[in-house]
Amino acid sequence: MVLTNEYITQRLTEKFGESISNVEEPYGLLTFEVPKDLNLKVMQFLQDDPDLAFRFLTDLCGVHYPDQKGRELAVVYHLHNMAENVRIRMKVFTDVQQPDVFTATSLYQSANWQERETYDFYGINFVGHPNLKRILNVEEMDYFPLRKEYPLEDQTRIDKDDEMFGRGGSI
Amino acid sequence: MSEIIQQEQQHVRLPEGSIGKQTTTLNLGPTHPATHGVFQNILEVDGERIVSAEQTVGYIHRAFEKIAERRPLYQITPLTDRLNYCSAPINNMGWHLTCEKLLGVKTPKRVDYLRVIIMELARISDHLICNSIVGVDTGAFTGFLYVMQYRELIYEIYEEICGSRLTTNIGRIGGFERDFTNTAFEKIERFLKEYPVVLKEFETLFQRNRIFMERTMGTGAIAADRALNYGFTGPNLRATGVDYDVRVTSPYSSYEDFDFEIPVGTTGDNYDRWLVRNQEMWQSLRIIEQAYRKVQEFKGEEATIYHADVPEYYLPKKEDVYTKMEALIWHFKIIMGEIDMPKGEVYQAVEGGNGEVGYYLISDGGRAPFRLHFRRPCFIYYQAFSEISEGAMLSDAIITLSSLNLIAGEMDA
Repeated sequence: MVLTNEYITQRLTEKFGESISNVEEPYGLLTFEVPKDLNLKVMQFLQDDPDLAFRFLTDLCGVHYPDQKGRELAVVYHLHNMAENVRIRMKVFTDVQQPDVFTATSLYQSANWQERETYDFYGINFVGHPNLKRILNVEEMDYFPLRKEYPLEDQTRIDKDDEMFGRGGSI
Repeated sequence: MSEIIQQEQQHVRLPEGSIGKQTTTLNLGPTHPATHGVFQNILEVDGERIVSAEQTVGYIHRAFEKIAERRPLYQITPLTDRLNYCSAPINNMGWHLTCEKLLGVKTPKRVDYLRVIIMELARISDHLICNSIVGVDTGAFTGFLYVMQYRELIYEIYEEICGSRLTTNIGRIGGFERDFTNTAFEKIERFLKEYPVVLKEFETLFQRNRIFMERTMGTGAIAADRALNYGFTGPNLRATGVDYDVRVTSPYSSYEDFDFEIPVGTTGDNYDRWLVRNQEMWQSLRIIEQAYRKVQEFKGEEATIYHADVPEYYLPKKEDVYTKMEALIWHFKIIMGEIDMPKGEVYQAVEGGNGEVGYYLISDGGRAPFRLHFRRPCFIYYQAFSEISEGAMLSDAIITLSSLNLIAGEMDA
């Protein structure tokens, strides 16, 4: 049996109905959105179903869309069925005020650090995560640097006298 | 006697609970010759046995994903060098492939084959370091120094093509910045002629070496299902017996034109990882030979193509910029960021030195990516280290660390 994008969509909508939304296929990769309280159920279904069998979590990352009111933060899961070699992308959106998303660590061990990384950069609170603390940044950091409200430092600023790095100063 | 100890202890402020403690806390790293990179392991050891391990990473985090949000595509290539710096060209090519997928650029066959040569050379240089370092950690320094000469030759080939050695910034969107010179081809030929002999000798030094086998067999093992659950890819996954290789499952850069095998192990221990990497080097040599032959077969006009014809994204030659109007316009447009990229989301994976290197790029139509995420295989599989090393001897854990091929640059991004 060939695992086509149509078949996956059909199976998902059969099971979850209207909850599966924004189904797209950018560059051939099936992408869909699920409500944030259903993410584990959908992933569990995708993993357990013998036909679908998406048992490999390739990648998990966050995205910040500051202009989308009420759904500013996204968690993007890339899942892979290695036997059939089919990839899908699942998205979960959440409010920036209360960014709670259930953790996928019970399904995939690999989600552990990737969720910590996502928390570190976007402040997404993975509910039920065994060890949700910063991973790449220092623990004292009090903001989430990959959110769009933190711009990269302007390279042309002149208030900083930093001769060693070629900025300002007398050179 | 105990009275004296008690008296002494009154003046020493020991951390609470440390007197009754049965285990020792040992900091392995962040800068330790045996970790081969900047990352820390806080080990709880009972004698020489590891009770638990906790990893700390992030010492060389450079916020590449954030920096990338301010840069046009071609300026992100140097960032990707610094992920897995042992096989920088693979990362570069992976990034170009991502951009090409987003922009809809189709590369000519000759470019694909040249890229394959470079990527396989990079794979050899990565595996060669990893395997010889495993040798160093088990006490055999000679092999390391011996194969290092050939990494040097690989770096000379890079240098001939792109001008730099470690952080290569090799290639451009659509192809290469310049054609391979004759010297480059001569050096590749020399490598193909000399390296098999050296690799054979290197293999003989380790493969059936009693000391090496006893040090590595059965240590640092992980089962296939656990490895998949932990998100292992690359040689480390193949050592457990899963034949997953991005080059075969989702071929890119015309890998489907080549004839090669995916070596797999069975036990997933340090020895199998070593064997898989070793076999992969032989397979890479096979691929380079085929690719080199294919490149030589191009005749006439075709034999000079080294980039796709995409003036919107490929910087024109500098002499053309000074003499031709059209080239000047394109140069100006590219440099000033006049060309927006299409909106969309792309995920492109390539088989890197130590697993599936993925680029997830979201473009909102601007000049720079809206979001760029690197899937770094090391970062994902390093989590398994505490599970692998629990109950192991400290000296075995060191070998496990090096045979997992952890690259701090890739881990921390």
